[in-house]
Amino acid sequence: MKEIISAQHLAYSYPGVDDTPGIAVFEDLNLMVEEGSFVAILGTNGCGKSTLAKHFNSILLPTGGKVYVCGIDTSLEERIMSVRRNVGMVFQNPDNQIVANVVEEDVAFGPENLGIASPEIRQRVDRALKQVGMYEYRNHAPHLLSGGQKQRVAIAGVIAMEPRCIVLDEPTAMLDPRGRQEVMDTILALNREKGITVVLITHHMDEAARCGRVVVLHKGKIAADGTPEVVFSQVEMLHGIGLEAPETVELCWKLNQCGFHLPLDKLSCEDCARAIFDAVGGGTAT
Amino acid sequence: MLKDITLGQYFPGNSPVHRLDPRTKLLALLAYIIALFCARSWIGYGLLLLLLLTAIRVSQIPGKAIVRGMKPLAMILVFTGILNLFFNREGKILFQVLGIVITSGGVQRAAFMVVRILMLVSGTFLLTYTTSPISLTDGLESLMSPLKRLHMPVHELSMMMCIALRFIPTLIEETDKIMSAQKARGADFENGSLMDRARALIPILVPLFISAFRRADELATAMECRCYQGGEGRTKMKLLHFHRGDLVTFALMAALVAAVLALGSFGM
Ligand SMILES: Nc1ncnc2c1ncn2[C@@H]1O[C@H](COP(=O)(O)OP(=O)(O)O)[C@@H](O)[C@H]1O
Ligand SMILES: [Mg+2]
Repeated sequence: MKEIISAQHLAYSYPGVDDTPGIAVFEDLNLMVEEGSFVAILGTNGCGKSTLAKHFNSILLPTGGKVYVCGIDTSLEERIMSVRRNVGMVFQNPDNQIVANVVEEDVAFGPENLGIASPEIRQRVDRALKQVGMYEYRNHAPHLLSGGQKQRVAIAGVIAMEPRCIVLDEPTAMLDPRGRQEVMDTILALNREKGITVVLITHHMDEAARCGRVVVLHKGKIAADGTPEVVFSQVEMLHGIGLEAPETVELCWKLNQCGFHLPLDKLSCEDCARAIFDAVGGGTAT
Repeated sequence: MLKDITLGQYFPGNSPVHRLDPRTKLLALLAYIIALFCARSWIGYGLLLLLLLTAIRVSQIPGKAIVRGMKPLAMILVFTGILNLFFNREGKILFQVLGIVITSGGVQRAAFMVVRILMLVSGTFLLTYTTSPISLTDGLESLMSPLKRLHMPVHELSMMMCIALRFIPTLIEETDKIMSAQKARGADFENGSLMDRARALIPILVPLFISAFRRADELATAMECRCYQGGEGRTKMKLLHFHRGDLVTFALMAALVAAVLALGSFGM
């Protein structure tokens, strides 16, 4: 499949203030994201996830190497708008990315910036709000919505620009379990039904387990990359860099420490229960 | 406590006043205010009051809401009234005791001033109660757009207003949170001298400012991500249109202002 984002030998360091040396985040990072895929990026705090995300739509420009989005070099000043129109961003705090004080006006903000004609904006806004299930709230004030609803409005604001890819930087970090569920369901549906590429930065392993591909970042380098089953079964490696595997895998791993021989690629509770059931010799029951 | 602040509160509705173009309402308010300052007699005030009451009636805004909004003004009204009452020495002397002189001119001026402020404020409330903040800023932007020629940052100003309106509730909520946090650590905002209380505000304002700057930074990034580049080449989802109601309003307002001005020039 075609790649939509490609970072080649990406190097980046934040400029130092006055005489202090800058902070080098990446030295030589290579990453490709295929069009239509759903990729999770994991890593401990400060490993450079947000910095990487900001390279995907020209908010930050590489100090070395190149980042291409839909084949466009993100460092080309004159192409910035085509890059940003193709890659939408959703941030952690929904309060700080909602611009207007009416839901539908906020969703319209992006298309308005693109200079689209009024009737077309109306259509896009309605479509986007329906897609995230917030159409009934179109005339509400955003500050009266729940965290999950605000975040879905933010997502609608991005998809109203009809991007080919959405990058979400810890969109569920400030939400309660219900809000997290709403947001995850929304982005999974966007990926499945609209074919929008999703890059999800998250701290929640259960969310990552639902993605097609997991990339683990550690100190600005890729520590693991593959399907959730492949990445999460490397439990010791994950512990080594301060992460955990999803609970089901952790459980199997701990049981293995006590002498069991369970597989480490069971990500759903059901599969995990089945594996344990089989391992304790419950085969007679089925 | 802070939740009680109503800043330009909007009452959603679908009355003819709600449906007017925000530009019409802004211009009508402007005309009304000018007329109010030109009115010299009770006839002039009477006409304008009639207009105001009709507009309030048509807008279906509960009169109570307007009265409630007036409460914070009570002090100013009393003050203005007293000042005019005591320090105006025109006309017949009605009352004189201990060097305090009250004249018929003073009474009239005091009454005019109080009525003028009341009518001015209710007219403004009617505008903000029937117009959503966003269409208000749209209207302002559109009315001021000729100033763009003079390199006035009209779009930027309206964007700033829009964002300020959007963040008022968020920042109020945050202030409440910080106050609770400081109270939990033993801060006291209610007791002590004025100085003490002012000093107690510092631990609220500092975190509030820091957080506001952080928010501003994040919001700016988010806006950039959504292709914001200023007003150039920007379109609007909701276009402003004048309808028949707007024309009728214009005609009415023009007639009324002319009437009041004419009355004024005859000294009435
Ligand atoms: N604006 C900035 N200026 C300087 N250094 C920064 C800035 N933002 C992040 N950093 C540094 O860059 C590194 C990576 O940060 P970030 O990408 O935010 O990590 P993550 O999102 O994975 O938690 C951290 O060491 C952080 O201190
Ligand atoms: Mg981050």
